[in-house]
Amino acid sequence: MDLFSTFFNMPVLLNSLPQLLSGLLVTVQIGITSIICGLIGGLFLAITRLYAPTIVQVLVRGYIDIFRSIPLLVLLIVVYYALPFVGIRLSPFFSAVTALTLVSAAYTAEIFRAGIEAIPHGQFEASAALGLSNRHTMVDVILPQAIRIVIPPLTNNCINVMKDTALASVVAMPDLLKQATQAQALSANPTPLIGAALIYLILLWPMVYVVARLEKRYSRGR
Amino acid sequence: MSAQINIHNLKKSYGEFQVLHGIDLEIVQGEVVCVIGPSGSGKSTLIRCINRLEAFDDESEIAVDGIAVVPGRALAAVRAEVGMVFQSFNLFPHMTVLRNVMLAPMRVRHSTTKDAEARARVLLDRVGISEQADKYPENLSGGQQQRVAIARALAMEPKVLLFDEPTSALDPEMVGEVLDVMKKLAGTGVTMVIVTHEMGFARQVADRVIFMDGGNVIEAGPPAEIFDNPREERTRSFLHAVLDH
Ligand SMILES: Nc1ncnc2c1ncn2[C@@H]1O[C@H](COP(=O)(O)OP(=O)(O)OP(=O)(O)O)[C@@H](O)[C@H]1O
Ligand SMILES: [Mg+2]
Repeated sequence: MDLFSTFFNMPVLLNSLPQLLSGLLVTVQIGITSIICGLIGGLFLAITRLYAPTIVQVLVRGYIDIFRSIPLLVLLIVVYYALPFVGIRLSPFFSAVTALTLVSAAYTAEIFRAGIEAIPHGQFEASAALGLSNRHTMVDVILPQAIRIVIPPLTNNCINVMKDTALASVVAMPDLLKQATQAQALSANPTPLIGAALIYLILLWPMVYVVARLEKRYSRGR
Repeated sequence: MSAQINIHNLKKSYGEFQVLHGIDLEIVQGEVVCVIGPSGSGKSTLIRCINRLEAFDDESEIAVDGIAVVPGRALAAVRAEVGMVFQSFNLFPHMTVLRNVMLAPMRVRHSTTKDAEARARVLLDRVGISEQADKYPENLSGGQQQRVAIARALAMEPKVLLFDEPTSALDPEMVGEVLDVMKKLAGTGVTMVIVTHEMGFARQVADRVIFMDGGNVIEAGPPAEIFDNPREERTRSFLHAVLDH
């Protein structure tokens, strides 16, 4: 058997394609759900970390540091295999989304915090002097300016979340990687794995390109 | 008539360093007060305490229109009545000039978009910026930005306007246009407290000039008195230094 028919076996690839695509769908579902939950959680954590009473700030800081330190794979396995011992039994999908969200929220929080802290103090003072509430100051004045700063690192974080969805295959989630390994076993040929790798590339390469463009644009802007 | 701004025993420290040493000051409605004094004498700190951008000692008391300037709900009420114009303009860079002026009335006074816009256009016209309403702040000159900042403060229909060196960041040729707008404001009934190094302006528009040094009010009185006939040696030497060049 030559190299080509081993790694790029067309019949095998076509045969496994439906399976890979259904895996892709699962991967995208896990990724997008985790990204959205992570963004919401991260924004909440960032604002608490900056403006909540000191005790809460310390707690949030602890959370952020812990979830940025723990390996995602370990967290995922804890969520899926250990939590059932205390009666918390999450489906593979929710285990994956929970683990990814917890970590993504921690990273996102730091990104938002840096963005908010980058806004000149005068913007807060002008808002306060006008009588704007804290909420309006954030929503109308600070966040719209911070968004420009945080978009490149946030997009970068989204890429990481998307990549990390592959870990869900260890909790029996039929995501792209899991489907590929199963198809490989079935056909006794590694082509489905190559196919999966290519699909990941097609999915993420454009995002990597977008981040590079955004970084260039916003670093030129100010 | 009781004073509109009542400052009693105002003390303020940064850590060990005391910046204001128990200032007492009463300002009546419609009065134009100019605060002068050397750098670091506490002029900015004084006016920033009036709307509590700076916290001050618990024993100190400030009231605006009878409302105590303390943290909490009352502070929002005070800030809605007290406008402020900063040395560095602090316009919102992501909003057009028009939006800058409309924002606070809509959010704080719950004006409709239509009312807020109509009023903003009137104010921009008053400060001579009506042509630039749809531009972004970065596309305006410093003098124009500062006039927008004044319009933004006026949009809240404040009873008190605080100015912290409003012309110090401007190129010399733009100082006049901002001072002209302020001159027009004086005498309209709004109380103005102005920290400034523009002695000519202070002499012309102030009802009262306050000279500060080292965190104390050294001397206060009508401009003619302070500028032509200061009682205190410190006032004299300060004026000598600034008016001499
Ligand atoms: N955030 C701060 N932390 C520590 N010290 C401060 C702070 N802000 C001001 N000070 C000090 O307080 C004193 C008074 O400052 P303030 O800004 O009120 O002076 P000023 O009269 O407005 O001077 P200028 O004419 O230079 O603006 C100065 O000695 C200054 O160094
Ligand atoms: Mg100052």
